[in-house]
Amino acid sequence: MAHHKLKLSQVAILGLVAISAPLGDSCLARGMRELPAISLAHPLALIAAVFHPWTAAGIALLICFFACYLTALSWADLTYVLPTTAFGYVIIALLGHFWLQEYISPYRWAGILLITLGVGFVAQGPSLTEKEIAEVAVESKS
Amino acid sequence: MILASTAFGAVNPWLAAGMIATVAITSTAGEVLTAAAMKSIGDLDEIRAHSGLKGAIRAVLTCPLFFAGVSFLALAFFALLFALNHLNLSLAAPASASLTLVTNAIAAKLFLKENVDRRRWTAALLVCVGVYLLAH
Repeated sequence: MAHHKLKLSQVAILGLVAISAPLGDSCLARGMRELPAISLAHPLALIAAVFHPWTAAGIALLICFFACYLTALSWADLTYVLPTTAFGYVIIALLGHFWLQEYISPYRWAGILLITLGVGFVAQGPSLTEKEIAEVAVESKS
Repeated sequence: MILASTAFGAVNPWLAAGMIATVAITSTAGEVLTAAAMKSIGDLDEIRAHSGLKGAIRAVLTCPLFFAGVSFLALAFFALLFALNHLNLSLAAPASASLTLVTNAIAAKLFLKENVDRRRWTAALLVCVGVYLLAH
């Protein structure tokens, strides 16, 4: 049975997936907060929001995330890649704590612990379902 | 009700739940379709090694499933922008992310036939609860 262990470059791609998504979301949120409330009656206002500087920076980071995410999906399962994206929240929270001296409540520490445990669980398993190998074996027998 | 209005901003809790569910459903559809597209294309690192970056980009851009996935992801993106415009970031982002993790695990098992074993279910649930706690 083949094992799908990740190469260093693949781990780096997953790291970029983890860090660029929450940074992009934060930029988007800041941009959207600076805009007046948008109603369903004027959906085109959402298009105009794309050109706000913070929203645009968020979109640039999310494009970087998407390129890395697509690459990761080409060699790993969706259920392997997705928990990695959540690890970005941990990175952001720890950066806030140690770099910006932000307070992290016990709930947040618990959240950080659970996400780290979850990502650790997935990372110890294979990155890709052995479906094709099993199917090829069945097809060659029949 | 005071708690609900604090957490959801000035929006009706049912409307807030609808916004978050819309983000989760469109995001799940987009991610499953995109994952199916990337699996059908093959390892992008290998394609880039053989055909260069242009070859890898061409392989992605000539896959119809990829465009179906991107369309749903674009819908999810605008649904998230709309939700962020009405709800608190500390609720909208982690709630939609947590819910999407679980719906994706279910969809990956049903549609992509991924081996979502006990290890992956446990991870999905741990991360789901963890993301929610991180918002508090």
